[in-house]
Amino acid sequence: MLISLKWLKDYVDLEVSPEELAERLTMSGLEVDALRRIEPVFRGVRVARIDSLRRHSRADQLSLCEVSTGDATFPVVCGATNIHVGDIVPLAQVGAVLPSGDVIRSARIRGEASEGMLCSEEELGIGSDASGIMILPTDLSLGRELAEALDLADVVLDIGVTPNRSDCLSIVGIAREVAAITGKALRYPSFVVTETGEDIRKITSVSIDDPDLCPRYTARVIKDVRIAPSPLWMRRRLEAVGMRSINNIVDVTNFVMMELGQPLHAFDFRFLEEGRIVVRRSHAGETFVSLDEKERVLQSDTLMICDGVKPVAIGGVMGGLNSEIQKDTETILLESAYFHPASIRRTARSLGMGTDAAFRFERGIDPAGLIPALDRAAGLMAELSGGSVCRGVIDQYPLIVKTVEKIPLRLRRIRDILGAAVDEADVLRILENLEMTVEPAGEGEFYVTPPTCRVDIAREIDLIEEIARMHGYDRIPATLPAVSVMVGAANVRSEVEKKFREIVTGAGYQEVINYSFVSPAAVDQLGLPETDERRRQVGIRNPLTEEQAVMRTILIRSLLLNARDNAAVGCFDLKIFETGRTFIRRGEGELPRECNRAALLMTGRRYENRWHFHDLQADFYDLKGCVENILDALRIGTPAFREGVAEPLLHPGKSCGVFDGDTQIGFLGEVHPDVLTRMDLTGNVLVCELDLDLLAEHFSAKASFRNLPRFPSSSRDVAFLVRREMPAAEMLRLATDSVEVLLEKVQIFDVYEGGNIPSKMKSLGLRFSYRSADRTLTDEEVNETHARILQKIVHESGASIR
Amino acid sequence: MTGELEVLRDQAEAELRKARTEEEIQAVRTRFLGRKGLLTGFLRNIATVAPEDRPQFGKDCNEVKELLSARIDQVLAEMAASGKEQAILRDRIDVTLPGRIVRHGRLHPVTQVQEEICRIFAGLGFSTVEGPEVELDYYNFEALNIPKDHPARDMQDTFYVEDNIVLRTHTSPVQVRIMEKTRPPVRILSPGRVYRRDSDVSHTPMFHQIEGLLVDRGITFGDLKGVLTVFLRQMFGEDTALRFRPSFFPFTEPSAEVDIRCVMCGGKGCRVCGQSGWLEILGSGMVDPAVFGNVHYDPEEFTGFAFGLGLERIAMLKFGISDIRLFFENDLRFLEQF
Repeated sequence: MLISLKWLKDYVDLEVSPEELAERLTMSGLEVDALRRIEPVFRGVRVARIDSLRRHSRADQLSLCEVSTGDATFPVVCGATNIHVGDIVPLAQVGAVLPSGDVIRSARIRGEASEGMLCSEEELGIGSDASGIMILPTDLSLGRELAEALDLADVVLDIGVTPNRSDCLSIVGIAREVAAITGKALRYPSFVVTETGEDIRKITSVSIDDPDLCPRYTARVIKDVRIAPSPLWMRRRLEAVGMRSINNIVDVTNFVMMELGQPLHAFDFRFLEEGRIVVRRSHAGETFVSLDEKERVLQSDTLMICDGVKPVAIGGVMGGLNSEIQKDTETILLESAYFHPASIRRTARSLGMGTDAAFRFERGIDPAGLIPALDRAAGLMAELSGGSVCRGVIDQYPLIVKTVEKIPLRLRRIRDILGAAVDEADVLRILENLEMTVEPAGEGEFYVTPPTCRVDIAREIDLIEEIARMHGYDRIPATLPAVSVMVGAANVRSEVEKKFREIVTGAGYQEVINYSFVSPAAVDQLGLPETDERRRQVGIRNPLTEEQAVMRTILIRSLLLNARDNAAVGCFDLKIFETGRTFIRRGEGELPRECNRAALLMTGRRYENRWHFHDLQADFYDLKGCVENILDALRIGTPAFREGVAEPLLHPGKSCGVFDGDTQIGFLGEVHPDVLTRMDLTGNVLVCELDLDLLAEHFSAKASFRNLPRFPSSSRDVAFLVRREMPAAEMLRLATDSVEVLLEKVQIFDVYEGGNIPSKMKSLGLRFSYRSADRTLTDEEVNETHARILQKIVHESGASIR
Repeated sequence: MTGELEVLRDQAEAELRKARTEEEIQAVRTRFLGRKGLLTGFLRNIATVAPEDRPQFGKDCNEVKELLSARIDQVLAEMAASGKEQAILRDRIDVTLPGRIVRHGRLHPVTQVQEEICRIFAGLGFSTVEGPEVELDYYNFEALNIPKDHPARDMQDTFYVEDNIVLRTHTSPVQVRIMEKTRPPVRILSPGRVYRRDSDVSHTPMFHQIEGLLVDRGITFGDLKGVLTVFLRQMFGEDTALRFRPSFFPFTEPSAEVDIRCVMCGGKGCRVCGQSGWLEILGSGMVDPAVFGNVHYDPEEFTGFAFGLGLERIAMLKFGISDIRLFFENDLRFLEQF
């Protein structure tokens, strides 16, 4: 909301600097976003009078003028045709600088001397009129600097008005606030209107068919208007607050809306069929051409202002082209109405018409402000257009708009909310400065009635806020709460996530954060089959782009995109991770299932390109090692990595599921070559995704202690020759799944293929460790047990010992 | 001692001094002390010595022998010691070559800020809670006193999933969900992703917020000021100037916007603070009685305050980042800086 301080001064005295005013407004809740000084951008232009005028002897289009600044007279050659002897005009004297940067010089034009230039509004940057020389008011004294004579300097504040403060969407509204802050008096503009001639009720009528959407409609008729440009003062005011001048009638409606906050509309009465107004809902599919010359298709619930036959305006939003003020308009029907805020908001939104009028109506206007605004505008129209205001006002008010009265206020409650008492006298002063009526209602209690424009105030807490902001937030002392002692509930899930982050950053993974929304094609890129649950994507109805149209059901794709983007800028070695939610759609009207998940991606070389290691490419076991480490750090009971978990986006021969016992908590592996191709990636890309919610469930916070062994262990190494497909885990299971109490652990120390190993076979080296808790084992004991175990393994696996 | 023996001794010592290698020293030993050595040979001359002089002759010879033997041992030991030292010194590496690093990863700057804020509030007794990101209109708006068709909805451009399901536009719905389930006292912090339909240099359609809520008996606006002052001073430094400014949020009243003195210009006015010298850092206020009504808390019995802040904004200020979109481009050259 732009506020011209020059305009504001009409209603309240400003004795502080613009900067201080801005600061005080900001600190009382009207945030000043910007302060702009408007300075004239010309120099050396003075008020002058045309003393004589004759045609240039050698050029028909030019005139020779004698122009007086009171103390001197200058010859000026001028091409304009709108000037007459006696006109007061702006004279850019020799040496003057115009907004265009042009410097005026003395010249001879076709033999005639010209000592200066007469200027149009446009040339001076004052207005948009370029049709002729700017004709100034006759009461300006000759010779004065024009900028000073016209009082062109102004300061404009850009105020961010919060949605609750509809009362501040006008100059008078801001003036009321300024008056309350500074303790100055508020001066209202004149609402006096001189009525003449016929009574309005004989000319027209208004009927409201749908009072729920339009509880009140008032109107006046102004006759014999002459449409013309508005005077400079009016145009400059409108321009200062960012509005464009149209003509002396439309400008008045805008001026009064800016002044008082009441949107108005002026109809050309001759286009109103049957000479009357009917306020009703639209029919579905009805079309209407609004003032901006766009055809609108209306929904059935739109409130329309109609004449006896057809719609002439979208109520509270925009007028119609069919009843627009024209150059030859003579009779005006002026509308000042109250429309239902939510209805206006729905209409403005559905039509995409966020007009100044709709903006005010949807926030709620002062229901008592209709007639004053109507009178103010009618008076101005008569003044500016020479028209006459017909007798009487039409005021259809079928449904009373409720305003709040007598809100109870307790001084004690002010203290309870703010933590500091505000003196009774201060409370009363603040409320009265805000034009509220206060009546006593017992000891320390009052009834407060806010002005009707304060539609945001209905409850005691609303009054307390008013008192707090006017008293000053900075005067309320900061305290620390005397709170009940309570133990913060531990949040295992976020603890586990935090621990996860510690482990993987320690392992060299960099955290990334991707948008939660992705392209609907994501699941196709990953090759997920129709039956895959992750195809149940949650769609966004109004996405910004197709790339952000559904909520993701898997994190890995985002990481693959990160790998691609980083490769594009030359970073091929990557270890990244992300934690975030995935979203699986459920039934309509139901919230989706949200899972907390974590994903890891590794690609390129295992280590940075360094002199120690050359081109060691990361492989499956690098990522698996990291996952094993995570499971170990979270003390997952019985971690297992199993093949045969069909994860379509992974290489079927280089992937596995991650389990705790029988619960799958994730998967890991190399990305399927087809997926890499579809995603424009090359090389070895390893990914893993884990369910953080399940990890949190399976996480055990408690470590358990075992006594340290007191006797030495002894170990035996054996190389088995097994089929190539035999999983190492199976050999380990056979080895450890025995009743032998002396066997402490079995480790794989070597895997070997090729060389002297037969094809389709591999050598698997196992190290068996034996230990007893109560004695040092003899070689004989160990050998005996070892032999039994080997026999069992060979028997059950078909392996042979090399 | 006879002159000859002295000559022999001096000769041996001279040769010993000249010896450079272990072999040369051993050669000296053999030449003088060996079975056919010079000293041994000299000792054989005992037969030619007068019998009364023989004891002295023998004694002198043995003295020289022991002396030489000890000297040789000593020289050998010294040589061994210095040889080892030299061998160690020969075995050197270039310590200026870089070490074998397994580089640690870093947390995303937004996560770093989130953890810092959670840590500060954990110290004030706030526990961390979570809520859904795809949220019912009721929790995101209505229960927070933002009815349908209310202009306050303009403050947050919303992504819709269905008529009554939205991507949460703020973390505030978590307040309501928690209060529905628990009785005061409530002291919670809720970080997470939020979504608004907006995209430019200072807006991304997804960003992070932290919501805080404290409800108990006797909580006042002064307490709000106190707690947030403690927090902001821990976050931005003990001498951070701040101001509380009236504002509007539908779910708090009175509401306050909290500004800190611009960290870039120190209050002189710059591009970052829009020449105002202040930076908006968080929104806050006393929980509106209407919100309490929705969760069946008696506003006459309990009062409380809530606050919310954007993590990207804090991270941008802390690290001097000018474009919010960088946070989600995940360019390693950006992420590795934090």
